[in-house]
Amino acid sequence: MNDTQENPVSPYLRLDRMPSIWCPGCGIGTSVNCFARAITQSKIDVNKLSIVSGIGCTGRVSGYLNFDSFHTTHGRPIAFATGLKLANPELHVVVYSGEGDLIAIGGNHFIHAARRNVDILVVCVNNFVYGMTGGQVSPTSPSPASFTTAPYGQFEEPFNLPYLADSCGAVYVARWTTFHVRQLAKSMREALTKKGFRFIEIIAPCPTLYLRRNKLGDGLDAMKYYHEKSVVKNDANTRDLKIDFESEITVGTFVNRDRPTFLEAMNQRFATALGNKYQPYPVGPNHGQKSQSQTQEVA
Amino acid sequence: MPADPLNVLTGKHYLDGNHAACEGALAAGCRFAAGYPITPSTEIVERVAGRFPHLGGIFIQMEDEIAASIAIQGAVWAGKKAMTVTSGPGFSLMMEHIGLAAITETPCVFFNVQRGGPSTGLPTLPGQADMMQARWGSHGDYEIIALSPQSPQECFNLAVDAFNLAEQWRVPVLVMMDECVGHMTERVIIPKAETIEVTERRWTKKKPSDYKPFEPGPDLVPDMAKAGDGYHLFVTGLTHDERGYPVMNWQAQEKLVHRLVDKIRLSADKIVRFEEEDIEGADVVVVSYGITARVARRGAELARQKGVKVGMLRLVVVWPFPEKRILELASKVQAFVVPEMNYGQMVLEVERAAKGKTNVVCVPHGGGEVHDPEVIADAIIRAAKRLS
Repeated sequence: MNDTQENPVSPYLRLDRMPSIWCPGCGIGTSVNCFARAITQSKIDVNKLSIVSGIGCTGRVSGYLNFDSFHTTHGRPIAFATGLKLANPELHVVVYSGEGDLIAIGGNHFIHAARRNVDILVVCVNNFVYGMTGGQVSPTSPSPASFTTAPYGQFEEPFNLPYLADSCGAVYVARWTTFHVRQLAKSMREALTKKGFRFIEIIAPCPTLYLRRNKLGDGLDAMKYYHEKSVVKNDANTRDLKIDFESEITVGTFVNRDRPTFLEAMNQRFATALGNKYQPYPVGPNHGQKSQSQTQEVA
Repeated sequence: MPADPLNVLTGKHYLDGNHAACEGALAAGCRFAAGYPITPSTEIVERVAGRFPHLGGIFIQMEDEIAASIAIQGAVWAGKKAMTVTSGPGFSLMMEHIGLAAITETPCVFFNVQRGGPSTGLPTLPGQADMMQARWGSHGDYEIIALSPQSPQECFNLAVDAFNLAEQWRVPVLVMMDECVGHMTERVIIPKAETIEVTERRWTKKKPSDYKPFEPGPDLVPDMAKAGDGYHLFVTGLTHDERGYPVMNWQAQEKLVHRLVDKIRLSADKIVRFEEEDIEGADVVVVSYGITARVARRGAELARQKGVKVGMLRLVVVWPFPEKRILELASKVQAFVVPEMNYGQMVLEVERAAKGKTNVVCVPHGGGEVHDPEVIADAIIRAAKRLS
């Protein structure tokens, strides 16, 4: 018997591009592993799956995943994904990028896509630092951690990402660390087949530029920290989820609700305004319950 | 192939250039538009927002021009024909994504209804001062195609051509209108759908296993596939190889960027388009484009009344520039006179192409209104006298 087996996630990776650019101990690869497992379990058609990234270490994710991969410009993957999804609603569109890309330079697109309830999943790896450019302060960096552009310590208030997503109208909001691989994969699977603007924040270590500079140890020490200081509080009030330097990290699924997506709202409005003349625009694959009941009616 | 009759509002209309441009885009098969309100371009997206629900298209007003200029590229990779519409300040914000469209060879159309600049400038008044920005505005080396209509009718015609050129060459195509052309209302004849030629996307016929998304054909343009068809595309703004994979070295840079530039430069003769009037035996040739070409025609008439032999060369395709024709004429005429609503942009290109073989006279105007035809006539007469 052959004792070597193919890794179940291999078909979802561009193995001809390995090894990746990510440093030892980096959390991005762990999150990608969880994502690939979530894909296997979700049973979605991988030929209909597009991954869109911006720029940065996490921005490289799209290029290592073997789906339709779009590596766009800094901060703009959500705007690209909006066009991709609206032009072909049959696609599953996942934006996978870092907090600098999505929340600093791309913050405007983030809040508006959430407001519109564009039917995309946004996965944000939050490692509190600009890694690709060498360790600069980010919009989630906690005070008083030190960065190359905040050498005397960060003093700005960091963003609480679940609160931001929640208040802008996201229908699904979760946070896990890269220690919580099973919970993260499960959350990703759940989010992949839900419709609307879905947001998962992944707290991940950057050993090279964040942990080392702030004397927080290595990747393994980060896992111990996540293990000891993470508290699962599903349905927690997103106001209370701020992450301070070396503080407790609240994880869990905080928001899981439904409201009409951009295309559903558009169809409804146009049908009301234009009457029978209006041919409804297709709305997409995650509207499973509705299409199931329609099938039953036909049967 | 001929246009889909559903998209074509065949008939005689009384339209301004912005509305006509919208109808041209629809006739060409545009099915996705993203924009952000900005004077004097907004009527194009206002019309599209009203028309698309009847045609199965999607318009979205994005949060800014940066978003609009990349949302259209997402839509293109999903298989649609797409456009965005803006004016000066918005055009500045879109520069990054003209570069993205250039390196990822994403066929898409940008309308810029030019106003006076710099910065907020003259929002409601015309300018032609974005012509060099259209050519060079994004960082790095790349080529685009830019068109300049002189009338509402031509806004319709060139909108169709813009989509066709984008699909044929897989470049961003820029329709460089101006406030006058955008807001002037004239008769626009929209022909029958079967007479409007529409270029379809260059869909690959290869199976996913044999397909490389950036492997060029004989004309240096690769065939396309779209998301969702099992090709597992890899599209990146990084320098990439034929598979689309990033490659960070000078050899990959040379191979990719040289091709991006050459696919337009080596085929410039096929793309260049201009109109000439009274060139034969002319002493002075006026080179102009957009609304200024119509004002210059009056200037040329006035100069002709004073006995000057004047010809006209009107740029229809502005980029690539008709440098061969300018060089040919340079050894025959005594001067080129170049009026434009800026302080000297396309005139630099005329000078470059003329290679010192004749005089080149700039007739600048800061924008805000069109030239006085008398000023153009004076420039023509002085140019003719100086050399007689």
